[in-house]
Amino acid sequence: MSDLLASLVRAVEVADSSSLLLEAVQNLSAARLEGAIPTLIAALSYNNPGAAVAAVDGLVQIGGPAVPALLEQLDLHNYTARAWAIRALAGIGDPRGLVTLLGAATADFALSVRRAAARGLGTMKWHWFPEDLLEIAQGEALDALLFVAQQDEEWVVRYSAVVGLQALALAISQTHADWRSQIQAQLTQMATNDSSWAVRGRVWLAQRHLQAGMVQEQYQGMADQPSSLTEMDWQLILQNLYDRKGEERLVLAEGDPRRYRELAATIVPQPGLTGES
Amino acid sequence: MEDPFGIENSDLQIRDDSPLTVDQAIANLQGEDLGLRVYAAWWLGRFRVDAPEAVQVLIQALEDEADRTGVGGYPLRRNAARALGKLGDLQAVPALMQALHCADFYVREAVAQSLEMLGDRTCIPLLIELLQDRLPGTQPAPEPPHLAQPFDAILEALGTLGATDAIPVIHLFLDHPVPRIQYAAARSLYQLTVDRAMASQYGDRLIQALSNDDLQLRRAILADLGAIGYLPAAEAIAQTLAENSLKLISLKGLLEKQLQQTTAPDLSAGAIKVMALMDDLL
Repeated sequence: MSDLLASLVRAVEVADSSSLLLEAVQNLSAARLEGAIPTLIAALSYNNPGAAVAAVDGLVQIGGPAVPALLEQLDLHNYTARAWAIRALAGIGDPRGLVTLLGAATADFALSVRRAAARGLGTMKWHWFPEDLLEIAQGEALDALLFVAQQDEEWVVRYSAVVGLQALALAISQTHADWRSQIQAQLTQMATNDSSWAVRGRVWLAQRHLQAGMVQEQYQGMADQPSSLTEMDWQLILQNLYDRKGEERLVLAEGDPRRYRELAATIVPQPGLTGES
Repeated sequence: MEDPFGIENSDLQIRDDSPLTVDQAIANLQGEDLGLRVYAAWWLGRFRVDAPEAVQVLIQALEDEADRTGVGGYPLRRNAARALGKLGDLQAVPALMQALHCADFYVREAVAQSLEMLGDRTCIPLLIELLQDRLPGTQPAPEPPHLAQPFDAILEALGTLGATDAIPVIHLFLDHPVPRIQYAAARSLYQLTVDRAMASQYGDRLIQALSNDDLQLRRAILADLGAIGYLPAAEAIAQTLAENSLKLISLKGLLEKQLQQTTAPDLSAGAIKVMALMDDLL
């Protein structure tokens, strides 16, 4: 471990106040060192929203090298930390996170997790995908986002799905006119029917963006470096996508016990924090 | 907002895979089992069951004497009061106003919040009396600092209800020793002040409070700014050290205020700016 890394990590470990912790995590994040990944991931579960924001920023900056560790983090039970980890995965846009984001957006019981995942589905690094895999991956993302936009009970998750659909529509507009029309039909429907004013407002903005074409936004990601994923990574992504396609999508009916778990999560006072991130 | 002795903690054991039906909840509320009664009152509010029978049994529950805590609180009345606010039936207003005289601090807090939600201005004079602590028999909060009245809830209600007569009294609370109450007064005065330039001093006071060291207070201010939809706060809200979920709810309040000012699907510059901030918090 370099001296710089060691001293930055140590500052996080010894921080004994919320503001010192925040500062230490911000400094560690700014250094963009791969060796910082475990400490940054640990900071996602400190129940300190400021530190978590800084840690997510740092992980997104580090990018690909942080993805395997983030995917492991998702097994943990702390759903506040899971929400932040999903947020980091969404921000990185690495294809290895795709299947995780698909599952999280459509079926996670924590709304902050669904919210972060839905946005991330729109902003995958699509240009990294090999051509044969791109179609199936985008098709899955489209299905998941349409499902969330139509079915999620929480305004903020539907809002996020609209943001995701807008980004996806721009990414596929040259290749799949049919998918683009599907997205536009969904937006038209939500523009008048969604129960939330805020969601309807975001739909109007998305429609405006799509009408304008916003081509420059579409190519923004293209200047990014090319994919560093191995053949093995792609094989695994493909396998996971096929496994997922084989499964019935989980729709939680009214009265399903998992819905009650979600309710419980929103009303159980957490020590110190609300739990949602 | 949440009362520490309410149903929110205790219903976890009851909630399982046999959800209530409306008829059952109404029957439970009139039954013998106190646990089920308290749960039914909460449930009717949670699922916004606004059937006339539901409203009637909840109004009756505001006078319940059976369910008492060790220190004399009325958990069932608290839940009934909260539920009635959510159901939107103005028939509940006279009974709620009567319940403002209740000895239990948390009943009065729930009632003030519900009267705010119902939006019926007939309760304004009584709320002003309560704000001045002039209703005999009302006991202070059981915890330190043992506030005489749920001042923040009353101040917020008066602001929402447009109680301009209350402005001089509310002004006194800008210097209250409890910061939360100062900010409730600022929020209320922002809503009641007709001159927008003068009103903005109260909004700006809330923006400054977003950098307070106390996370609980920052969260409360986020809610205040969302409730008044104060657009100049947008950036500060996005930067506040608090959960993204709470910042998004706060910004949603600003966005909806902006959307009210244009005709769909037109968007003001303010609305677009707020959405850009929200997108980054998802």
